[in-house]
Amino acid sequence: MQKEEKSNSRREFLKKLPVLAVGAAALGGCSQEEIEEYFQQNFKTLSKEEKDEIVKNLEKKYSEKYGKEFTVSDTPATEGILFGYALDLSRCIGCRKCVYACVEENNQSRDPQVHWIQVLQMEKKKGIDLVHADVHYNPEKVPEEGHFYMPVQCQQCRNPQCVSVCPTKATWQDDDGIVVVDYNWCIGCRYCMAACPYGARHFNWGEPNIPDEEINPITHYLGNRPRTKGVVEKCTFCIQRVREGKYPACVEICPTGSRKFGNLLDPDSEIRYILENKRVLVFKEELNTQPKFYYFFGV
Amino acid sequence: MNFLRFLFGCFKIITKGGRIYYSSLFFLLVLIVWGGLGYLDQLQNGLIMTNMRDSVSWGFYIGNFTFLVGVAAAAVMLVIPAYIYDWKPIKEIVIFGEILAICAVIMCLCFIVVDIGNPLRFWHMLPFVGTMNFPYSILSWDFFVLFAYFLLNIVVVTHLLYKQFFKKHYNKSIILPLVLLSIPAAIAIHTVTAFLYNALPARPYWNSALLAPRFLTTAFCSGPAVLILLFQVLRKTTKFEIKDEAIFTIAELMVYAMFIYLFFTISEFFKEFYSNTEHIVYWDYLLWGAEKNKEIAIYSWASIIMGTSAFILFLIPKTRKNLLTLNIGAVLIYFSVYLEKGITLIIPGFTPDTLGQYFFYVPSETEIRTAAMIFSGGALLFTFISKIAIAILFEGFSIDSLEKKATMQFETT
Repeated sequence: MQKEEKSNSRREFLKKLPVLAVGAAALGGCSQEEIEEYFQQNFKTLSKEEKDEIVKNLEKKYSEKYGKEFTVSDTPATEGILFGYALDLSRCIGCRKCVYACVEENNQSRDPQVHWIQVLQMEKKKGIDLVHADVHYNPEKVPEEGHFYMPVQCQQCRNPQCVSVCPTKATWQDDDGIVVVDYNWCIGCRYCMAACPYGARHFNWGEPNIPDEEINPITHYLGNRPRTKGVVEKCTFCIQRVREGKYPACVEICPTGSRKFGNLLDPDSEIRYILENKRVLVFKEELNTQPKFYYFFGV
Repeated sequence: MNFLRFLFGCFKIITKGGRIYYSSLFFLLVLIVWGGLGYLDQLQNGLIMTNMRDSVSWGFYIGNFTFLVGVAAAAVMLVIPAYIYDWKPIKEIVIFGEILAICAVIMCLCFIVVDIGNPLRFWHMLPFVGTMNFPYSILSWDFFVLFAYFLLNIVVVTHLLYKQFFKKHYNKSIILPLVLLSIPAAIAIHTVTAFLYNALPARPYWNSALLAPRFLTTAFCSGPAVLILLFQVLRKTTKFEIKDEAIFTIAELMVYAMFIYLFFTISEFFKEFYSNTEHIVYWDYLLWGAEKNKEIAIYSWASIIMGTSAFILFLIPKTRKNLLTLNIGAVLIYFSVYLEKGITLIIPGFTPDTLGQYFFYVPSETEIRTAAMIFSGGALLFTFISKIAIAILFEGFSIDSLEKKATMQFETT
């Protein structure tokens, strides 16, 4: 009987071995911060103090990693502001300056390449017709004869399907209307990418790569801070800029002034002027996503 | 104490077998190691090792997941006819159907785990510890029903087998309601999985009300096909008894399912091709490819041809009631559904993408190896559990047999 008991306890121990080994290896390979980060809760559910602490730790971590002073802000939405965007289809020449300004401002991976803005080249005689649209156009000079250009980025829907399908609430629409992602909470299931009708969400298929000297150190937790592999990212109207009262990078860079941005709740704003005085359209309006991104014809 | 002896006995059973048994175990292990090494690449470098990209953001993994949900669902739905027609070995049919369901659900979860970018963060989608997006996200529904279904089946199977092992009667007042509950649960897991795709207006290819009904009919083709073959093997090698009539009745039910499946498919084709809206591009890619790119067309035609041949074989009474042609038909319909769910359902939904751009996706070596790992792991698990079940049900593996052996050993020493 005694012998049997002994062999049993040995067997029991052997059964636990793999679990212990995996656990020990997992814990051994992780620093205290990594373990803390692993158990960090959904950013939206945290208190102001908890958010501030996380942001402070991130600043330290990024500053060490990239060798320059980093700021990570967690500035919340301001009451009375609902951001809206308008793009003048008659002025856009398809130069893609916005695409690359966005990449630099928002720390998108250079290789593998991530672009939050896609510019579609379309034939004038066909109108807005996706079947004949091309994002890979590459002529010597734009605009090309007989074509017009339609840049597409996150349309910041009032009824965002990407948010309803997310199984973890890792993405949500903040009070100023910006749809954001908590990169620490996203499990990378990509259901939001299947649900987005505008191809606005992008996945980090591999480890993102940005040369240290090109990194933008002025960041927001829900925006352009460095991402890791396996998470989804998207346009946030440059949350790190617009919440500080600046224009998005794509608006600033546009050489033709096709891009307009402002507060939809302010009756004197430029965006409201456009909505009232120009002919506007929203992309794929039949899907009832109700974008806050409007296309219009200025001339 | 008794439980440990039971486990030890089970361990003995799964390690003993003939030459065929050992060679198939070896074969599966080789596949698992080969596949596992491929998956290791993905673990290190990320999903960039797959051929999925932003345009086609779901591929082979999610296709396999969808197919296996069907297998899991249909194995149990077979309990309905077994109950109605009063086939004799109903307990055995329930047990093997549910063992198949358990293994299929485990494989489903594995395919989800390999598909997501941060599998270690899975707890974020749980209630209480994480922030489950219930009831808005269909994915959280899917997780919930799959998990409930898994629990139901594992309780029923282990209870039935464990009681039989101790030569006791199983508790009918608990088991019967659970078995009956597992039937609507089976329908639920496949319906919810269909709703996962169905509910996305961004993807017109899936945005059809026929998707969930089509899922159920295909499941009723592929699941019973596995069981028809399995029952014949069991009948040959164990004391398991099932009459030819019962097998032919399963086949007859499959004909109805195949007919409805065919009818649904034709209805969808008619609607899409006759109305010829801008949404036709996905169907064009499915059947004819886009210019020179015909990667998917080969699979869709293979699926259509195999499915139709199986339907004809099952429709004609002479070939349905002949075990050879019946088995050929079962294999054909199984692979037809596999290609449909695994490849031609998911990929054309993303080709072209939402901005009309074509990215031509075929699975990468990493994806195929990872899938091979999961399928062989599932097959291995199924072999082990079935072997224990066979020993308990037909070969007299019980507490008595263990005690007898123990006393014999005691006497000889």
